[in-house]
Amino acid sequence: MGEKLLMKGNDAMAEGAVRAGCRFFAGYPITPQNEVPEYMSWRMPEVGGAFIQAESEVAAINMLFGAAATGVRSMTSSSSPGISLKQEGISYCAGADLPIFFANVVRGGPGLGNIAGAQGDYFQSVRGGGHGDYRTFVMAPNSAEEMGNFPLKCYEVGEKYRVPSMILSDGTIGQMMEPVEFKFETVDAKKLPIPEWAIGANPGRPRRMVGSYDLREGELEKMVLARAKRYREVEEKEALWEGKMLDDAEIVLVSYGIASRASLAAMKLAREQGLKVGWFRPITLWPFPKKALTDVAKRVKSLLAVELSLGQMIDDVKLAIDCRVPVHLHARPGGVLPTGEEIVESVRKALKAGSKEAACCR
Amino acid sequence: MLQVNRRPKSLLDVKMHYCPGCGHGIVHRLVAECLDELEVASRAVGVAPVGCSVFADHYFACDMIQGAHGRGPAIATGIKRSKPECIVFSYQGDGDLASIGMAETVHSAARSENITVVFINNSIYGMTGGQMAPTTLIGQPSTTSPKGRDVKVNGYPIRVCELLSQLDGARYLERTSVHTAAHVIKTKKALKKAFQNQIDGKGFSMVEVLSMCPTNLAIAPKDNAKFIAEKMLPVYPLGVYKDADAPAAGGK
Amino acid sequence: MPEIKIDEMRCKGCELCVTACPKQCIGMSDVFSVTGYYPAKFSKPEACTGCALCAQICPDLAIEVYKEEPVKK
Repeated sequence: MGEKLLMKGNDAMAEGAVRAGCRFFAGYPITPQNEVPEYMSWRMPEVGGAFIQAESEVAAINMLFGAAATGVRSMTSSSSPGISLKQEGISYCAGADLPIFFANVVRGGPGLGNIAGAQGDYFQSVRGGGHGDYRTFVMAPNSAEEMGNFPLKCYEVGEKYRVPSMILSDGTIGQMMEPVEFKFETVDAKKLPIPEWAIGANPGRPRRMVGSYDLREGELEKMVLARAKRYREVEEKEALWEGKMLDDAEIVLVSYGIASRASLAAMKLAREQGLKVGWFRPITLWPFPKKALTDVAKRVKSLLAVELSLGQMIDDVKLAIDCRVPVHLHARPGGVLPTGEEIVESVRKALKAGSKEAACCR
Repeated sequence: MLQVNRRPKSLLDVKMHYCPGCGHGIVHRLVAECLDELEVASRAVGVAPVGCSVFADHYFACDMIQGAHGRGPAIATGIKRSKPECIVFSYQGDGDLASIGMAETVHSAARSENITVVFINNSIYGMTGGQMAPTTLIGQPSTTSPKGRDVKVNGYPIRVCELLSQLDGARYLERTSVHTAAHVIKTKKALKKAFQNQIDGKGFSMVEVLSMCPTNLAIAPKDNAKFIAEKMLPVYPLGVYKDADAPAAGGK
Repeated sequence: MPEIKIDEMRCKGCELCVTACPKQCIGMSDVFSVTGYYPAKFSKPEACTGCALCAQICPDLAIEVYKEEPVKK
């Protein structure tokens, strides 16, 4: 705590996870997240944890399934195509109520796409991703420092509600170097309580089972509904966001992750030009900060979603504000980062469009 | 009177759902006997597969975990690396281990993961209803090869012990069978060694057990035993394929 | 004399014990058990040696084998 370090986003996230008590990492190489397994390969043994380079993303997530079931804080990371491969395992973890933690350093897609930062995996992250009814706690950092500080929150929320948690990052944040301060006391992993559901050596207690199935009629529904109750609690209590210049804004830019930095630059530029632009950034994507955004929407004429995708978060924006005001879109898919200038251009278009929605996708 | 045999404590006293003549019940009992006799029941963790033996987690008295199809060795790896004091076994069928989970099988063996794998080879998919398995014999009918496995369409059966024996990390590989009582006794011996190896930290050990699936082979259990003796044994010869303790083949 | 006890509630009538018995002590009942199977029955008790091969192959742990206590010298 206190010390400022110059770190790559990916390294900061790995170190942040270690400081948050992670003692098991399994992963597979894929650009642009390779720094994470590389870092963990030497850092895990240093803190008495386990590191495994798995044969595939599929194996890695299932190693996590086993490790997390013993109660240890675990992590895997990957980038878009690899996260797709992990989805089955994530669904099993959700179904077994295991609080695994994983990171997606998103790249351009679909398919092999490219290795530039992108945001095309939003739906996959916030809507479940794998099969079945489940949710993942999703945090979207917009700096290397947040990459380092979010893993602890992911573990805490994941363990409290027994849900998988993830960091939805992207190639740009993962690769860029910035000053990083870890703003929490390093967790002593040995002092973490062993959960009452964890499997392992059994000195005479009733045996434990970890799994995601129940074939008895009606029982699976009970299991899923019990989980849904926890999801509602997460939605009520765990949404995080930040905003700037919202008080007098006519139009507010809504964006997360790296896009929120481009938006911030755009907001400053627009303000210099006399445009009343505000800035709203969801920090958690599930739960989406609905209440806060609704409050904003009550005061403004329109919103402009800025995304590095065809427009995915915009659906949640519209749902959150119940279409109270028009929501415009500035979309750059395929791993392209918008400039402040082009976003300001979209702001002008949006203001001119008034109540009509203006899609400013290039 | 003296009771000769007793239900192992590591097997819960519940009725198993397996079909009449299915080999899972036999192998479950043998695994449980090993856990009892080696006195590791209190630190044993079992991984149940997807397939008929998905319910293994309801039968063993130790902590159990049930995961995705074919990923048993990866799950076992995660448990063992997190809790090295645990005795971890993965119980898997042929579709699970040799088809969808082949990568996990090969790589956990290559890493010489200190786990015990119990592999049931009955030459057919059980729970899903008799489809062709990677171990289905040439010419053997199944619901997805109704005219018999045709090598031109379906290729050849996989011999897992032989395949894994090429890996330095595989420390003990034996193929046994449960189609006769004498073979059941030999299977027990092999399983016990596979667990003892883990206790001794020797690395990846697997026992492949030829077993009966009378329902999906659509034959009586005793005829299934005959099928193993006459049809499976020539394709899947029994024996030790790898024993890191024994002198290497070709050695002095 | 050695003897076996077959638990009709567990036996699923697979007949593997019949094939396993070297003395042909086990036959099949011609009456349904309550679980709906024709269970195995101990039909030739006099030949039983208590070898327990039947119990070895029984997939349902339905057979208990008893032997007389060894005579202590």
